[in-house]
Amino acid sequence: MVTLLVPAALRVDAAGASRLDVTACGTLRAVLDEVAGRWPRLDRRIRDERGELRRYVNVYVDGEDCRRGEGLDTPVPSGAEVQVIPSVAGG
Amino acid sequence: MTTPPAKTLLMIGTTKGLFLATSSDDRLTWEVSGPHFSMTGVYSAAIDKRRSAPRLLAGVSSSHFGPSVATSDDLGGSWREPDQPPLAFPADTETSLGRVWQLAPGSAAEPDVVYAGTEPTALFRSVDGGVSYEMVRALWDHPHRKEWGEGFGGQAAHTVLPHPADPARVLVAMSTGGVYRSDDAGATWTTGNTGIRAYFLPDEWPEFGQCVHKVARDAGDPDRLYAQNHHGVYRSDDAGVTWNSIADGLPSDFGFAMVAHPHRSGVIYNFPLVADGERFPVERRCRPFRSVDAGTTWEPLAVGLPTDPYYAAVLRDAMCVDDAETAGVYFGTRAGEVYASRDEGDSWSLVAAHLPDVLCLRAAEV
Repeated sequence: MVTLLVPAALRVDAAGASRLDVTACGTLRAVLDEVAGRWPRLDRRIRDERGELRRYVNVYVDGEDCRRGEGLDTPVPSGAEVQVIPSVAGG
Repeated sequence: MTTPPAKTLLMIGTTKGLFLATSSDDRLTWEVSGPHFSMTGVYSAAIDKRRSAPRLLAGVSSSHFGPSVATSDDLGGSWREPDQPPLAFPADTETSLGRVWQLAPGSAAEPDVVYAGTEPTALFRSVDGGVSYEMVRALWDHPHRKEWGEGFGGQAAHTVLPHPADPARVLVAMSTGGVYRSDDAGATWTTGNTGIRAYFLPDEWPEFGQCVHKVARDAGDPDRLYAQNHHGVYRSDDAGVTWNSIADGLPSDFGFAMVAHPHRSGVIYNFPLVADGERFPVERRCRPFRSVDAGTTWEPLAVGLPTDPYYAAVLRDAMCVDDAETAGVYFGTRAGEVYASRDEGDSWSLVAAHLPDVLCLRAAEV
């Protein structure tokens, strides 16, 4: 089990939840694939149709930016906390 | 004496959301609600009146969370968005959707067909009233595609003009790339740029590569089209095969918007800017122009508009007409002001001010 922390801007796409329990673990991709199946609109705010992380969405696994790790292949052990945070961008 | 419409709706897409202006007194006064889709760029909007209840469509684009299309069947009271992406590039294109620049209801004969023009340049077609879309493959597979260029706004199909009566015919314009036409429901595409100049290319009269900013279709003759180019204003009388300049009566041949009257053949509206290198209104005046003879002569329209120096441009989809018997004309500026005329451009009044940059407008009696 993994906990996904949902930013305020995306809670409308997760039935209002700020935390989601996700069964899948192993890699960030596996976690987001389960998200895509259960909360498809939430996933498409985070990833585009190619399955790539959107440019201005950051995902942290236990506090580490996945882009500094292995991207969507970043290991996500059971019990991990996956945090989605919009990056600082725009005007 | 015409009967006043029950209600007029004006969709105002801005860089930071959608505003909805409604008038219940024949466009004399307006109530503005919004922003809907706060903090998203609303690059495209449509009011589809072919359905039993008008459907609003909005192409929304979050700089963080990506693009989407939302629809409303209760005039903006509530919006819905499909769980799956309404538009997505097929996997083998190795491309992802940037944003939706245009939403265009299809011909009256196909009331569930809606087209979308996108960035990167592609055409999508919906057969469920604009909820979900499939890419029109033949345009994407066109051998010219690799050579289509990119303007400052990105590479996009920003004009989609379905033929009003013949569902097989549709015209697309893109920046850059120019005009493409299909007469077989999108199965094949031919260029339609003869006569449109591309001064920014070594060959100034190429088959394609023009930077067409907007194309409008004449109200009375569907084979008559009007184009605002990146320098150059043109008319085609043969469905977009060949084009001739109609810029002589305008103070500048640069601008973005080109709008045709909903009922009166030969009546068109334009908002000239000084030049590519000086994108301010001509003479710093907030002033659209109208032609009632298909572009042969033009007249400035300034009654009721600001008289102090005005620096904000009108973008390609930020001018529109409604469908009333005495047409309303609307334009919005990058200074966040929206003006309306209830007498076909003779005089103007302010609908809203201090909005974010206006990207697109659509209006209709509802």
